[in-house]
Amino acid sequence: MTSTTTTPRSATAPVALHGVTKVYGHGANAVLALDGVSLDVAPGEFVCLVGASGCGKSTLLNLVAGLDRPSGGRIDLPDGVNPGLMFQEPALFPWQTVEGNVEVPLKLRGLPRAARRERVAELLRTVHLADFGRKRPHELSGGMRQRVALARTLALDTPVLLMDEPFGALDAMTRDILHDELERIWTERKLTVLFVTHNVREAARLADRIILLSSRPGRIIYSTRVDVPRPRRIDSPEVSAIAAEVTDRLRTEVGRHGQ
Amino acid sequence: MASDTLTTAQRSDAEISGLDALEIAGRDKETSRAAQLWAATWPKIAALALAVGIWQVVAWTGWKEPWVLPPPGPVLADLGEYVLSAALWDGLATTGRRAALGFAAALVIGLALGLAVARVRVLRAALGSMITALQTMPSIAWFPLAILLFGLTEQAIFFVVVLGAAPSIANGVIYGVDYVPPLLLRAGRNLGARRLNLYRYVIAPAALPAIVAGLKQGWAFAWRSLMAGELLVVIATRTSIGAQLTYARDFSDAERLIAIMIVILVVGLVVDAAFGAADRAIRRRWGVLDPAGQ
Repeated sequence: MTSTTTTPRSATAPVALHGVTKVYGHGANAVLALDGVSLDVAPGEFVCLVGASGCGKSTLLNLVAGLDRPSGGRIDLPDGVNPGLMFQEPALFPWQTVEGNVEVPLKLRGLPRAARRERVAELLRTVHLADFGRKRPHELSGGMRQRVALARTLALDTPVLLMDEPFGALDAMTRDILHDELERIWTERKLTVLFVTHNVREAARLADRIILLSSRPGRIIYSTRVDVPRPRRIDSPEVSAIAAEVTDRLRTEVGRHGQ
Repeated sequence: MASDTLTTAQRSDAEISGLDALEIAGRDKETSRAAQLWAATWPKIAALALAVGIWQVVAWTGWKEPWVLPPPGPVLADLGEYVLSAALWDGLATTGRRAALGFAAALVIGLALGLAVARVRVLRAALGSMITALQTMPSIAWFPLAILLFGLTEQAIFFVVVLGAAPSIANGVIYGVDYVPPLLLRAGRNLGARRLNLYRYVIAPAALPAIVAGLKQGWAFAWRSLMAGELLVVIATRTSIGAQLTYARDFSDAERLIAIMIVILVVGLVVDAAFGAADRAIRRRWGVLDPAGQ
């Protein structure tokens, strides 16, 4: 679209999970966190995983990110793709400036200094933080820190983004704006996003498809497409209707554990 | 449609910068440098004046003869003379060289030992508690053995200084590596930092504050060990600060004796302040310095 943006590689193959199982511990103490989760996320698709506590949402993202190994099943990523991972906390390096943080993945990829500087400036413009490059993380607000974390993840130039409740700790106003931002960046960069949240409205606001996981063990129990045209508003009737439907399913699932 | 999306984009830009400005407003309150300096300095000056005052009062009471406990006036006069003499600067050169060498060796050993223990489980089981035990050992208790092993030599002093400082530094490293937030490790690994790069980009900088705290404590131990060593291991050809302190006692020169003690105190304080400044600079950069706490 704009010539200054270096276009990241877009994914050509889906992120595919085949019967992924994860067991923690051994013997009598073993806990089944994920039980046979199969899922295809198409290139460019935005999928939200929703579930109550203990559904293994974060476990699933760790497995896809390669930070942990599944006990069973298989995860297929497009060739040569290392997914970027974002957490609920920004997880910025406090000893680095904003620029320094965004630069770390570029350094690790061996980009020369001039190219790094250009990329950092471009990424900070993307998240509207061009004027804050010299600040330190502690000088920024929570929403700004999370945008720095997004820029740092985008610096990986990966087409697949994994997000673990990235806006869970933010106030509603900031969260709304970051939803708009994420939607824009996702569209511009043709990213494939797997987004974990316990906030059903957030899922309905963002997702092409919502997937509901059961708790202990985590299994896919429900899946629905969100065919609301974009850009969306979190308070629009269409989004609310979808959210209400998913919430009902989620409550039924949570209620099952009360007996 | 095109103009519609454009205005939406502009509005959202304004919203974002507006929200940012509101949220970080009032975070940059700064008092003037001079005011900060004065606030930090005057209590110290007052305390010093109080201490000197008490010393003067004790001297006036005649509790001890003036050739045993001289009042502040003559001591400070002697200190002025001493500061201008070659004896002090020769002594400081000798003592400073020993401190620097001993501390540098302790630094290398402490870092290597700390990293090894933090990384290797067997070494941790074997050496972890031993390092802490070594730290609690008063360094002066090592001197009889050191003198037996090395005689009244530089090596004996060096040996004890290193033994005094290295465990503290190693403990700082172990503590620092142990308490790197796991989230930062996960973030670092996801960004592509593996093995040595994980150390370079995440573990080492994250452990730095604890390591500096270990260095500060290590210095305190090194300086004490060194002073004990210089009192015990007097090498006639090298008039270190500690040796001069011994001579002053031998000649019953109380004024010089106290003047030398003041020099030892000041050197220790200056180096400690340098470590403290480094520590505060790191914490300020990290945003973990509580401005009200300082």
